[in-house]
Amino acid sequence: MTQDVNLKKNRLGWQPPPAFYALLGLAALLLVNWFCIPSFFEIQVRDGNFYGSLIDVFNRGAIGVLLAIGMTLVVATGGVDLSVGSVVAICGAVVAIVLTTTQFGIVVAIAAGLLAAVGAGAVNGILITWLRIEPIIATLVLMVSGRGIAKYIAGEQTVAVPPELASPTLDFLGNGHFLGLPFPITIAAVLFVVTLLVVRRTSVGLLVESVGANPSASRACGINDTVVKLTVYVFAGFCAGLAGIIDLANIGIADPTNAGALSELDAIFAVLVGGTALTGGRFSLTGAVIGALLLQTLMTTLYTWGVPSDVAPVPKAIVILLVCLLQSPTLRSWLERTLRGNRKMGSRQVEASS
Amino acid sequence: MKNLLNTTFSRRAFVFSALALSAVLMPGCANKDQAAGGDAGDKKPTIGFVQTGDLSDWRKAHTQSVKEAAEAAGYNLKFADGQAKLENQVKAVSSFISQGVDAIIIAPLEVSGWDNVLEKAKKRNIPVLILDRQVEVEDDSLYVTYIGADTYNEGILAAKWLVEKVDGKAKVVELQGSQGASPTINRRDSFLEVIKDHPGIEIIASQAADYELTKAKEVMEAILKAKGDEIEVVYAHNDYMALGAIQAIEEAGKKPGEDIIVLSIDGMKSAFEAMVAGKLNCTVECNPLQGPKAMEAIGKILAGETDGIPKKQMVLDKVFDQSNAAEEIGSRKY
Repeated sequence: MTQDVNLKKNRLGWQPPPAFYALLGLAALLLVNWFCIPSFFEIQVRDGNFYGSLIDVFNRGAIGVLLAIGMTLVVATGGVDLSVGSVVAICGAVVAIVLTTTQFGIVVAIAAGLLAAVGAGAVNGILITWLRIEPIIATLVLMVSGRGIAKYIAGEQTVAVPPELASPTLDFLGNGHFLGLPFPITIAAVLFVVTLLVVRRTSVGLLVESVGANPSASRACGINDTVVKLTVYVFAGFCAGLAGIIDLANIGIADPTNAGALSELDAIFAVLVGGTALTGGRFSLTGAVIGALLLQTLMTTLYTWGVPSDVAPVPKAIVILLVCLLQSPTLRSWLERTLRGNRKMGSRQVEASS
Repeated sequence: MKNLLNTTFSRRAFVFSALALSAVLMPGCANKDQAAGGDAGDKKPTIGFVQTGDLSDWRKAHTQSVKEAAEAAGYNLKFADGQAKLENQVKAVSSFISQGVDAIIIAPLEVSGWDNVLEKAKKRNIPVLILDRQVEVEDDSLYVTYIGADTYNEGILAAKWLVEKVDGKAKVVELQGSQGASPTINRRDSFLEVIKDHPGIEIIASQAADYELTKAKEVMEAILKAKGDEIEVVYAHNDYMALGAIQAIEEAGKKPGEDIIVLSIDGMKSAFEAMVAGKLNCTVECNPLQGPKAMEAIGKILAGETDGIPKKQMVLDKVFDQSNAAEEIGSRKY
């Protein structure tokens, strides 16, 4: 975390940590909710478990958080993974099909699903590292064809997992509770902490950042950038696989058409809003997680307000734009100058500086 | 973008990218002539069938029904699907016309855009039957008959069932389908039409969940938190959304079917299972098994008895609730 809280003096006096603006956005949104929907903050205990809108945010946000964690490392190497939404669908379809058509049981089914997801990540990694295809194209291939693959695996239909097969394990993964909180929260939290430890307590994070900042220089330093890149795509696939299993477990139906649809874009938004630049290099896992929770808070807020789901993307886009504007150094220094100019020299200078 | 600077790799990267992209895009173009390659020596009448091409269980059952009915009636059915694009559907119809099929069945994606191609069919004396969703054409002699489900009536039936069940008094949450789709509009308007006369029935929240289970669950979770114990009834525009709402209600610690009445439209097998389990109260059938009726009409058309066929034939919708779900569930095909 030392890099995350790396305060530097600059022209504006203070350089906030990368996650700062995502946090600011989240705080602003919660403040609006505090006044407009007081019930948003109510947390009750029902059947021994916590129950309330905030719990929903974390529960529904778990999938976004998982995808954002995987995406952060990919973006940090200067790449992008557009295929994670389709991998969610593939993994869900594989688990559901193995469960319903074979006798192997839930453990094998989940292993097969994760294997498929990791395999998909490996395909991305190989296309990008060995064949040198641009990440956006290489993963676009799997984004488009992946949904077709998921449909093919599922036999061109939605696959319902009957309750007697789902319980107790699969059902617990999606709807169970641990310490009074929905279990998907635990999965996302554990993955976050483990990833953070591995990335920041070992040299892994440094390797990822150096490959993202300058691949040629890091190659010259003896860093095997092929292995580093391959690893982050495989990891992104693994995260998408976990998300796919949670999604399937939550509703008990593998829906290859809708599962994870457009979630890759949400994950990229979360990463960017969290202060990681698409150009690669420095990254903030904490920021990405806050970014993902910001998006989910917004969606839950809109549903609570009763905004129709086809209009909901508009306020979402506005919030994302606002956070990105806050992050823009150009806009910030302009604001700074404007404010200062107003105070010292009057309004004529303001027009000149704009 | 760093790789692009590296010229030795960039050319190879470009070729691979182009190959990969074309591999992805090709299948989209390949299917339109699926219907070609007819067997000319066949004496059986040839029927061209243009389907919408979405993946829902309902649509699958619909396609299956048409195929089976055509086989039973001894027709040679040529199948094309629009892959959810009107353009593909129009192309498929044109291709059927130039092959000179004996009749064409269209399950249109959209109401408009059909005039030109239907005029072509009329010039070649190929009768056209519109199935499932309607078309709007200036000259309605361009098609022989329309056969489909009455989505307006479905909303009326659902509302009437509710009025009787709750004695004209209830607070309702409505889960709407995709905005702008004709079933959504019809199922909403007709429901409102009926409850207008029953001021005790009040819609306290109305939100779109796009006919999707996951979305319906998430939307319902939010509504449950906002409206809490007020909610007495959930009216979902399709079964999938009702199933999502049921999950959300259960997680809120309430009993769907008892604490909150749930009613929906479609009549899928999973809805019947939910009714038998006591979680869903009522579903209005929207029958996809339109094949036999379509083939009956085609038979008359081919025999030249077009005069006796009404312009609009609605497949009858039935209401099922917990009282008759158990005996019906065995005979559900979809």
